[in-house]
Amino acid sequence: MNVLTLARAQFALTVMVHYLYPVLTMGLGVVLVAVASLRLRRPDEVYDRMARFWTHIFGVVFAGGVATGVVMEFEFGTNWASYSRFVGDIFGAPLAAEALIAFFLESSFLSILVFGEKRVSRRMHWFATLMVASGATLSAFWIVAANSWQQTPAGFQLLHGRAELTDFWAAVLNPSTPLRFLHAVLGSWVTAAVFVCSISAYYLLRGRHQEFARRSLRLALVFGLVALAAEVVVGDAHTRQVARTQPEKFAAIEVLHHTQTGAPLAVVGQPLPEVLLPKLLSFMTYFDFNARVTGLDAFAPEDRPPVTATAMTFHAMLWLGLGLGVVLALGAFLWWRGRLFVSRRYLRVLCYCLPIPFVVNEVGWVTAEIGRQPWSVYHLLRTQDAFSRTVPAAHVAISLAMFAVVYVGLLGLSVHLVRKKVLQGPGGDAEEVPS
Amino acid sequence: MMLDLIWFVLVAVLVAGYAVLDGFDLGVGFLHLVLPRSEEERRLCLASVAPVWDGNEVWLLTAGGALFAAFPPVYATVFSGFYLALMLVLLGLIVRAVSIEARNRGASPAWRRFFDRSFAVGSTLVAVLLGVAVGNLMRGLPLDAQGEYAGTFWALLNPFSLFIGATTVAMFAMQGACWLAMKTEGNLGKRAVTVALFAWATFVALYLDATLWAPSDAHWLFLRARQSFVSWIPAAFMFVCVTGLPILLRRGRLRLAFLCSSVTIACVVAILAIAACPIFVLCTNDVKSSLTAFSAASSPRTLTAMLVITLVALPFVLGYTVFVYRVWRGKVRSEPDEY
Repeated sequence: MNVLTLARAQFALTVMVHYLYPVLTMGLGVVLVAVASLRLRRPDEVYDRMARFWTHIFGVVFAGGVATGVVMEFEFGTNWASYSRFVGDIFGAPLAAEALIAFFLESSFLSILVFGEKRVSRRMHWFATLMVASGATLSAFWIVAANSWQQTPAGFQLLHGRAELTDFWAAVLNPSTPLRFLHAVLGSWVTAAVFVCSISAYYLLRGRHQEFARRSLRLALVFGLVALAAEVVVGDAHTRQVARTQPEKFAAIEVLHHTQTGAPLAVVGQPLPEVLLPKLLSFMTYFDFNARVTGLDAFAPEDRPPVTATAMTFHAMLWLGLGLGVVLALGAFLWWRGRLFVSRRYLRVLCYCLPIPFVVNEVGWVTAEIGRQPWSVYHLLRTQDAFSRTVPAAHVAISLAMFAVVYVGLLGLSVHLVRKKVLQGPGGDAEEVPS
Repeated sequence: MMLDLIWFVLVAVLVAGYAVLDGFDLGVGFLHLVLPRSEEERRLCLASVAPVWDGNEVWLLTAGGALFAAFPPVYATVFSGFYLALMLVLLGLIVRAVSIEARNRGASPAWRRFFDRSFAVGSTLVAVLLGVAVGNLMRGLPLDAQGEYAGTFWALLNPFSLFIGATTVAMFAMQGACWLAMKTEGNLGKRAVTVALFAWATFVALYLDATLWAPSDAHWLFLRARQSFVSWIPAAFMFVCVTGLPILLRRGRLRLAFLCSSVTIACVVAILAIAACPIFVLCTNDVKSSLTAFSAASSPRTLTAMLVITLVALPFVLGYTVFVYRVWRGKVRSEPDEY
């Protein structure tokens, strides 16, 4: 295997494992703020246990995010030196801003959140919770802004063989930043909501920690429904934005080979027998049944992204995401009928939903990144020209093997620690009697 | 031109901040295997760094991000040139992060022993290799026409750089021991003072030795350090602190001792940075191709934008860093009240 393939494999591995952590903590931070606020307004022992339990889990997951996150900050230089030289003038600033504005905030206040309940006032503890959640979201903003610049570069000029900044805010708030940021944040909210829902459902099924589980489930269900409803709107807008800003990615997503007016929507696509709904793609993209949609044939073969991977991951994200929407809506319906906490079948479904949002977020990012190929920076720098030329393939193979081993161990450990805490329960409750 | 120099200084400040702050928790990382005599004492050692270690590590991330943003060719050349060494640093950072978080979450002694050892190994790996990296930058690197590293991995493990790696370990051990002396009491605190004195002596010996070695291996840097007036200022501060440190330790002025140790580390970084300024990477095969703050800088617009961000954010960062350290001030008595 050549250096490029190995470097891409390593980046994919390290970033995909890394994202499993922040995608949960970002949303869980919001849950913690909600619990902390409720607790501040109506102090009560169940809210105390909710705050402590979810904070404990947050701490375990956050540590994994820190451990895997350091790698990302260094990897552009180690494996993508040519890329770093080319984009450093623009891409480095959001990374530095992320560290300076978000990481310091998160890590400083996290210590107060996790260890400091007895050392600071209740209000201060609430404030620390808010700062940790804000830090996580700010961090997402800067890194998504950096990624979005790779997708839809703006605010720069090509000078001295590199991209040089001409307008800071145009580069940061490039055409795809706002929607991609909202899309990613809402995706993480759904993830945390489903996570809290399924652990609460587990306790309800086991007849443990009833009051704790009921309150957590109600809170997370509302949170998840709001986030998912917003996500449907944002996701749709984001896809239409991709059609305008990266038409070849959009064509790959929808497997549209030929540019045409009144383009049909492929509801079921290859390799299954195709089911086409006439003119629907044009309408969904431009609100006009006869709009012209750019197909893959508008681009030279060497400029097209891999179609199968892009389309399949996109549709996996879409259908799994909508499936989660159905599950959450069903929960709301059962709640209205007063059967949310007693329908064992529904609670069991919730339990099994736990890994799904992680998969949805990951495949969504795969769509975004594979769909950007063959470009590292859209229409400016090809991925094949972006890697470190001086690093021998053997060295990348060694580091890839190292990450593979370490990350398997790390994931196993994280799952073990979260599972252990879940089995242990929020603790200290008098209502441990099965109902 | 001015902006380039400002960013050279800021990168140096971030590196110094990292060395001082992560220095003590890396130091605790290797000392906690030898210093404590019981599980209880070991818990105290680890508890003293548990709330602050990841904030300390953010200094490294910020230094990396700032280097990327302000001097992309330096970031690209150094990080790809030191590839395997940096991968091992990353391994060390991952391992120690995982170890300190996982250690107290398992009940069995074997679990704890495993993570105690891995925490020490990870911390040592990071300290040695960061020192080796500094040693290589002190020597200068061979670069090709595109400004990329033209040597091999094994060439990085030269005796001088390994020696700087050892010196770094001694320096962080001194910092870690001073931290523990300040944060613990009783027998543990007394032993920390003894170890701090021992680490201090080792550091001073290695540092002097490295200085004697510098004229041959880091000739350019040595000459520039001697000629530059400015570098005598941190050298003077360092001299005062290094001489004062053992006296303060013996007299039990432990907070001042930790301050002295911190100033010493900051001065070491300052001396190197002032002597090298504006050179980041000296090109050994063609001095004119060296990567400097002028030749490697980002555009003035980027540097200005980042300077504005830094000036706005820094007061807040310093403010809540001080606040957090104040929340955790005083001796560690028992485990923190973790959830």
